[in-house]
Amino acid sequence: MSVKSAAAGAARASRRPAVSASASRLFWRIVFYAVSIAISVFMFLPFFWSLITSLKPSDEIFSMPIRWLPSRLTLEHYRAAFTTVPFGLYFWNSLVLAASGVAANLFFGSLSGFAFAKLNFRLNKPLFRVLLAAMMIPGIVTMIPSFYVLKHFPFAGGNDWYGAGGNGFLNSFWGIILPGASGSFAVFFMRQFFLTLPSDMMEMARIEGAGEFRIFWNIYWPLTKPALATLGIFTFQAGWNSFLWPMIILNDPDKATIQMGLQAFSYNHQTDFGPMMAGALIAILPILVLFLALQKYFVQGIAFSGTKG
Amino acid sequence: MASISKLNRHQARTAYMFITPTILLFVIFTVVPVVMAFYFSFTNYDVVKNRDWVNFDNYKRLLHDDLYWTTFKNVAYYTVIFVPLNILISLGIAMLLNFRRFGVRLFRTMNYMPTLTSAVAAATVWVWLLHPEYGLVNTLLGYIGITGPAWLAQTETAMLSIILVTLWQSIGSNMIIYIAGLQGVPDYLYESAKLDGANALQRFRYITWPQLRPTTFLVSTMSIIGALQLFDQAFVLTQGGPGNVTKTPVYLIYQQGFNQLQMGYASAQAFILALAILIFSIVNMRVNKSEESVV
Repeated sequence: MSVKSAAAGAARASRRPAVSASASRLFWRIVFYAVSIAISVFMFLPFFWSLITSLKPSDEIFSMPIRWLPSRLTLEHYRAAFTTVPFGLYFWNSLVLAASGVAANLFFGSLSGFAFAKLNFRLNKPLFRVLLAAMMIPGIVTMIPSFYVLKHFPFAGGNDWYGAGGNGFLNSFWGIILPGASGSFAVFFMRQFFLTLPSDMMEMARIEGAGEFRIFWNIYWPLTKPALATLGIFTFQAGWNSFLWPMIILNDPDKATIQMGLQAFSYNHQTDFGPMMAGALIAILPILVLFLALQKYFVQGIAFSGTKG
Repeated sequence: MASISKLNRHQARTAYMFITPTILLFVIFTVVPVVMAFYFSFTNYDVVKNRDWVNFDNYKRLLHDDLYWTTFKNVAYYTVIFVPLNILISLGIAMLLNFRRFGVRLFRTMNYMPTLTSAVAAATVWVWLLHPEYGLVNTLLGYIGITGPAWLAQTETAMLSIILVTLWQSIGSNMIIYIAGLQGVPDYLYESAKLDGANALQRFRYITWPQLRPTTFLVSTMSIIGALQLFDQAFVLTQGGPGNVTKTPVYLIYQQGFNQLQMGYASAQAFILALAILIFSIVNMRVNKSEESVV
């Protein structure tokens, strides 16, 4: 009998850890979801709240206690944002600037990246090291002299060849596009990508008698689509979101970017939170759309640089 | 033999052609400006008429410029709180969302979304969220019986608000970097540690944290460099106020250089800031190195 009860006890004991193991697994699962959801909701809440505010009728924005959901949806704040200031024009200006930045960086960045990764020349290593080291220079150091260089650029904006007389590239989109047209990061990023592509295609093409530019343009360039997509997203985001430099260069209100327009609007209309939220969401929208549409390339790019970088 | 050297010469010529635009732009907009910044910091350049050599006057003036050192103190305070929190929270969320569970991709996307916003848009949204009476933050605090402060208008909370907003914006991308880092840690390390009876905390202390050191180094370096050059959020959220507690060196350099047109003096200020960034980066490098010898 004692043997029997001992055996039963043993059986029970051996079952209990199993039960408690699955119970603890359930417990940790609940903890995982509770924490994850809490954090994610917190991170998402500003988006939700600005969207709700932008769609609320004006009198409900300042209601006490706050209304989580509006009684009716209205687009009046979006209309207000577009009519009190030329938001559409600002949007277009930012789009032009960001798209030019992307085009220039993808082209020049992959040209140089290809040269540094695939071609032999004596200054290859030293020049690349200098470019890389220069990435550590804080932007604040070059801010004032870059302004000077742009102002006194020869033959630009009424300047003579001596760089005097006019305003150079100040108050022109070139003043924003040129300094960032071939960023060191773009060169570095594309070089790392080209390094992973095999070199024998190049030898083959040479035997077939293709010129170096054709080798680059027709053989390697098409293979870099994922890298270009990733670099394109980052460059577009940086261009679209940049604020200080355009504010320094562009004085003409008709040339203002969307970030400048939004800042000026929220500064001048400090209590118009409906139009302010509408404007902020419009300023975020293109990046959000780009991210959602190209998330696949984005993930591929991160996985690529994570495994092979 | 001759044809090989001819090929090499041809290749080199092509290469130089390919890199010419990049190098030209690099010289015009990086090399020349760095040299000029150094030169300007010894002149009284003011855009309009003066550009005379003034020796160390700018640097002497800077030593007694209380506002300049206040902005340094502000941004040091910001950096000391922001950078560790940024690393801890990003790593924490990365470890949480590194589990392969249903819905993880959605959580990652939601955490990443704030990094897509521009500083100006984020600051604009948070001005509303932090509104003392009608803002969401104080309403939520009210639910648990706390009367929230006037976040952006009080000297004690203004910088904390900026820390909050910049954390919200930067955690997502660092989380992604940390997740990539975590996935590079080999599984067998954890398995053998488990066999040796190491608990979760010990596994983190002796495997995860040391294995992630390169990642942490990257994240901390980038956030220090960014933190010391804080501008956008301070400009939109608080305009440097109240009472200059959120004024940053970049803000001051911008005002000095482009509003008051004292570009010579502003260049000196920029150079000292760059020096500070260099020192902080070296200290950060040392901290990361010294820990290596301890473990």
